[in-house]
Amino acid sequence: MIEFTDVTKAYSVGNQALRGVSLQIEDGEFAFLVGPSGSGKSTVIKLITGELRPTSGSVHVNGYSLERIRKREIPYLRRTVGVVFQDFRLIETKTVYENVAFAMRVIGAQEKEIRERVPYVLELVGLETKSRRHPNELSGGEQQRLAIARALVNNPSTIIADEPTGNLDPARSLEIMSLLQEINNLGTTILVVTHELDLVERFEKRVIVLNEGLIVSDGMDGCYSYENQ
Amino acid sequence: MKEGIRGIFLHGFMSFAAVCVTVACLLIVGSFSILTYNVNIMVEDLNKTNEILVYIDTALSDAEAKSVGTQINRIENVQNAVFVSREEALEKFVADHQGDDAFSGVEASDLRHRFVVTLADNELMEQTVATLEGISGVANINAAFELAEGFTTLQKMLQIASLAVITILLVVSLLIISNTVKLSMYDRRDEIAIMKMVGATNGFIRLPFVVEGFTLGMLGAAMAFFLEWLLYNGLIARLEVVDSLKLFSFVPFTELLWPMIATFVATGLFVGVVGSWTSIRKFMDV
Repeated sequence: MIEFTDVTKAYSVGNQALRGVSLQIEDGEFAFLVGPSGSGKSTVIKLITGELRPTSGSVHVNGYSLERIRKREIPYLRRTVGVVFQDFRLIETKTVYENVAFAMRVIGAQEKEIRERVPYVLELVGLETKSRRHPNELSGGEQQRLAIARALVNNPSTIIADEPTGNLDPARSLEIMSLLQEINNLGTTILVVTHELDLVERFEKRVIVLNEGLIVSDGMDGCYSYENQ
Repeated sequence: MKEGIRGIFLHGFMSFAAVCVTVACLLIVGSFSILTYNVNIMVEDLNKTNEILVYIDTALSDAEAKSVGTQINRIENVQNAVFVSREEALEKFVADHQGDDAFSGVEASDLRHRFVVTLADNELMEQTVATLEGISGVANINAAFELAEGFTTLQKMLQIASLAVITILLVVSLLIISNTVKLSMYDRRDEIAIMKMVGATNGFIRLPFVVEGFTLGMLGAAMAFFLEWLLYNGLIARLEVVDSLKLFSFVPFTELLWPMIATFVATGLFVGVVGSWTSIRKFMDV
């Protein structure tokens, strides 16, 4: 579960990225976070992944309290949150299989476990036939699928997708969103940060709208508003 | 481990430069250490053998002359005072100048009774001589101030120079290894970011880079050690045949083997691990 209670984040005096944000995303939920540039979306992601700490208020993510978390606990928090970026952030020198296995290896997984889990995840995202390819041999949509597979392989309870369709054409964007919905159906909490309102409307999920560091709208079934309610 | 070794080959030239600088630094550090050690041994030997001759007034009888020894032995810095009668002194004089006609007419009465005094600490020679001069019955003193002072000064200068050189070269080696590892980290910054993103601990991320620094440091230490051995033995072989240096004895390298191994390994380890550790810290705050 992700819970923000009256969260303020100031980068410098007079520059508040978030101003008293409160929100709650339940386990297994699918939600969109939308808002114009500079509205505070990236700050929300960085607070969830422990890159930033709130200036005031409290942030709870999957049992970790971010305002009190110790530095050495942050890696364990991150194992509960998979992150997918617009620019994929894949390792070009590693194959599809190795990119996914790498995410398991660096948290100390056993080779036997890796050999079982990686093919399963690659099959889930539809890349089972391309495990020996390198990222530059894949299309944009496939690269994003690979990034999702890597985020998913350590079985996190939450996946944060930061503009996951920003570099894709409409058809591939739809595929990626459908894949995220499938993963959500398996029980993983999904938070998608996006600018693409047509996708938001199409999937009819919860939509949280941020504007100038405030939540201006929080509606269900794809309903949202940019006006302060 | 594998990643650490891979990093060395990935930046072959920088790794080569780091090892070369470490070898050069350790060679100089080692040479200064050995030189200081040898001079220390020589000064210690000089301390053991350096003697002061205390000549007794000719007006004193044999028994009175001998009794001056009691007062000499009471001086704190005097380790030992041996009485040499004028007859014994003549025997030694004759033996030292055999075949020299110029000294053939010398008799015991021409010489003085004397004490051969060994000092505990050569650095206090001047004060000790002053105290000896104050003893009644002491006519003259023959002390090798300059030689003792010269060696003590050389010993001190070498100690200071060694400390300065060792400190500077350690810092240089640290910086070079730190930069090599920094390059390696910069090259893998995307990988590091991904590792942090998926929840790798800092210890896990650090390990390959520490292995890289450690390997570079140890490689440098091993090469420097064997080179030092070779150069030292070569130098000693050349110095031992020089007549004017026969007075000095040099410590064989095998006698210094374990201290040298310990010094080189510790320095290589320190330079490698600390050098890499300091460069890693900057990349950890992702």
